[in-house]
Amino acid sequence: MTALLPRRGLAQVLALIVILAVDRIVSPQFFDLRLQDGRLFGSLIDVLNRGTPVALLTLGMVLVIATRGIDLSVGAVMAISGAIAAGLADSHGLPIVLAAALGAGLVCGLWNGFLVAVLGMQPIVATLILMVAGRGIAQLITEGRIVTFSSPDLVWLGNGSVLGLPVPVVIALGMLILTAAVVRGSALGLLIEATGGNARASELAGVGTRAMILSVYVWCSVCAALAGVIAAADIMGADANNAGLWLELDAILAVVIGGTSLFGGRFSLVLAVLGALIIQTMNTGILLSGYPPEFNLLVKAVVVLAVLLLQSPKLSGLAGIAMRLRRTKA
Amino acid sequence: MENSPDPAPPLLEVRGISKSFGAVRALQEVDFTLRAGEIHALLGENGAGKSTLIKVITGVFPRDAGIVRISGEEVAPRSAKAALGAGIATVYQEVNLLPNLSVAQNLFLDRQPMRFGIVREGEMRRRAKALLADFGLDIDVAAPLGNYSVAIQHVTAIARAVDLSARVLILDEPTASLDRHEVEILFGIMRQLAQRGIGIVFVSHFLDQVYEISDRITVLRNGRLVGERETVSLPRLDLIRMMLGRELAETTSARASVTEHKAREICASFEGYGKAGYVAPFNLELRHGEVVGLAGLLGSGRTETARLVFGAERADLGQAKVEGVPVRLQSPRDGVRHGFGYCPEERKTDGIIAELSVRENIVLALQAKRGLYRPLSRREQDEIARRYVKMLDIRPPDPERPVGLLSGGNQQKVLLARWLATSPRLLVLDEPTRGIDVGAHAEIIRLIRELCDEGLALLVISSELDEIVTYSDRVVVLRDRAHVEELAGEAIDVGHILAAIAADGAATAHEGRA
Repeated sequence: MTALLPRRGLAQVLALIVILAVDRIVSPQFFDLRLQDGRLFGSLIDVLNRGTPVALLTLGMVLVIATRGIDLSVGAVMAISGAIAAGLADSHGLPIVLAAALGAGLVCGLWNGFLVAVLGMQPIVATLILMVAGRGIAQLITEGRIVTFSSPDLVWLGNGSVLGLPVPVVIALGMLILTAAVVRGSALGLLIEATGGNARASELAGVGTRAMILSVYVWCSVCAALAGVIAAADIMGADANNAGLWLELDAILAVVIGGTSLFGGRFSLVLAVLGALIIQTMNTGILLSGYPPEFNLLVKAVVVLAVLLLQSPKLSGLAGIAMRLRRTKA
Repeated sequence: MENSPDPAPPLLEVRGISKSFGAVRALQEVDFTLRAGEIHALLGENGAGKSTLIKVITGVFPRDAGIVRISGEEVAPRSAKAALGAGIATVYQEVNLLPNLSVAQNLFLDRQPMRFGIVREGEMRRRAKALLADFGLDIDVAAPLGNYSVAIQHVTAIARAVDLSARVLILDEPTASLDRHEVEILFGIMRQLAQRGIGIVFVSHFLDQVYEISDRITVLRNGRLVGERETVSLPRLDLIRMMLGRELAETTSARASVTEHKAREICASFEGYGKAGYVAPFNLELRHGEVVGLAGLLGSGRTETARLVFGAERADLGQAKVEGVPVRLQSPRDGVRHGFGYCPEERKTDGIIAELSVRENIVLALQAKRGLYRPLSRREQDEIARRYVKMLDIRPPDPERPVGLLSGGNQQKVLLARWLATSPRLLVLDEPTRGIDVGAHAEIIRLIRELCDEGLALLVISSELDEIVTYSDRVVVLRDRAHVEELAGEAIDVGHILAAIAADGAATAHEGRA
């Protein structure tokens, strides 16, 4: 039966190709790229650029989910870090702005990790606390207003370009490489997968499961904080009510599309980020097609269903039976 | 084998069953015959195809070829529920009932007595009580099933099956987690059911029990039928030969001769070590090159002692020393750091990480010991995995296979490999041979001795006294969560151990009954 299962990653790549093809049909200029003022423009670049926040969230979320956890607070953490960055941008230098915003993410992550790893709370409940409270904290920071700024440094972070690519895309790529290097270059990847696969057994094998769980929540929140800074830099302001709203769900979706089970264990960083791109490619395609954005949700649901069906072992089993039937008839 | 002259067709007749999983042929042309009123043992090594055969008969797996007849009538159930409809019920080792529901609800699940669409709780309890009384059980049927011992859960599952008018009852390793007394109860029930004309298929690794209870034995090996024999006319050695297909290496020879060979150095010692409400304080010295056996009934404090020694549980009394140096064992990490290893009794929940590969499972403890920043390279991992797969003869010899797909015996070997890879000074093995076939059983005992000869200290728990006597240099006997006696040298024999366990009274043993 294993031979009939799609190779790891095949389903996701196929899905992305199909969606890209559909995008090409609804928008004939979809693959057009042009260079202007040393920066590339085009729908593909747009997909990458718009997909950055979710891709960053996904990098942390996939590790959390691999430990059999979940982090619902990432959207709220984005709002907090965005509010801090916007508030400090015009009075402080970029390093301090970044340090403060990411530091806030670190604290949020420690809080989540403390609740889950030390107090043993269920992750969905533990992170729900910050999901609700975090947005309130962000609103307190912005005093309920939309805080705008004009610091060119921070604006550059959201709208500048490096080697023709938008800065957010470069940052996301850098974070993917950094995360992959840390996780797969050290023993972290194996120990996270072991913890998610069977925490009791891992603990008895001497794995520091608590430290493992704490660290993934911290990383997840730091990634979310970075996404929050980029989102704020993009619109040159912080909107505590709407920054990162519902993006935790997109991030979870991206992880699932990327083939990581919500029951923990095996994970793939690259496929999870690919999942984030699949979601954004759909979003952009629908915007370009001229259909009302409400369709987005419906189409998203259909594509998710398709990807999950492709990954389902039961379906592969059915396909195997169908093939055998055909062979016996022939 | 077609020597039954009686014209009535057998109760369950299986002919020419084949089943493949991909390229693996799990069953090839297997025949099996069960007569009404007999207890028929189905035996074979791990991976011989027993579970697959059961699952094919009960419709859990579709079969590739062959037929199944019940009383001469062909059946082809497509699910366990359909099989039940055809009169075939299965009770698995892990009881598949709902522990959070009451005993009565479990017995009448899906068929509760109703009036006006409302479950008649009183009526259900009355009938449940009557039903269990048939099986010699008098318990509170309104209490959650999970509150009762595994033995009672088993009896409940059997009672449910029989009440659902099962004529064929398949018991898959029913005695694996029962103590002697509970086994007796179960056997009594099995005999009673057989007298009523029910055919029972009994799958077990305990050959003593097979000889005690079964009328006939069918042996499978590598997915093929080896043969069917009357139990009384099959000497044990012949049976083992049928199961293994090779001469069994000498399994029993006491180690008594090697003891006192040299004054052994103390590896780890525990003084007044204990935890309130867990295990009474005990003194224990573990020496290099020595096997210490822990004997006692289920619940006597054996596993608890092992967990304290390893550090999986924190002691609140006493002092532990490793090579004479006082240490604190607060967590498994501490144990691992001091060179301890622990193979827990519950392989599936506490041991293996089913989804990860054999390689990853083997290197896990070593990697945890080395820490995050000194990762084993893929080459080193492959090397370690290959070495232990070869050394312990782990089958199939594929380091990349998810360990959950291996048989129990091979999973146990993977766990041993996990600890051996850390070059431990002390290994704690909790029931290392439980649920393992005869061949792997002998191999693991041989391994225990070899490791010991290499200077390792071993603390081994086993319910099989013969086994403990075979490899132990000293035996600690436990009763009621306390260490009550330590036997050494000539004093180690089954009789002495039993005497120590049974001393002081009839108060023990009755844990099954509520």
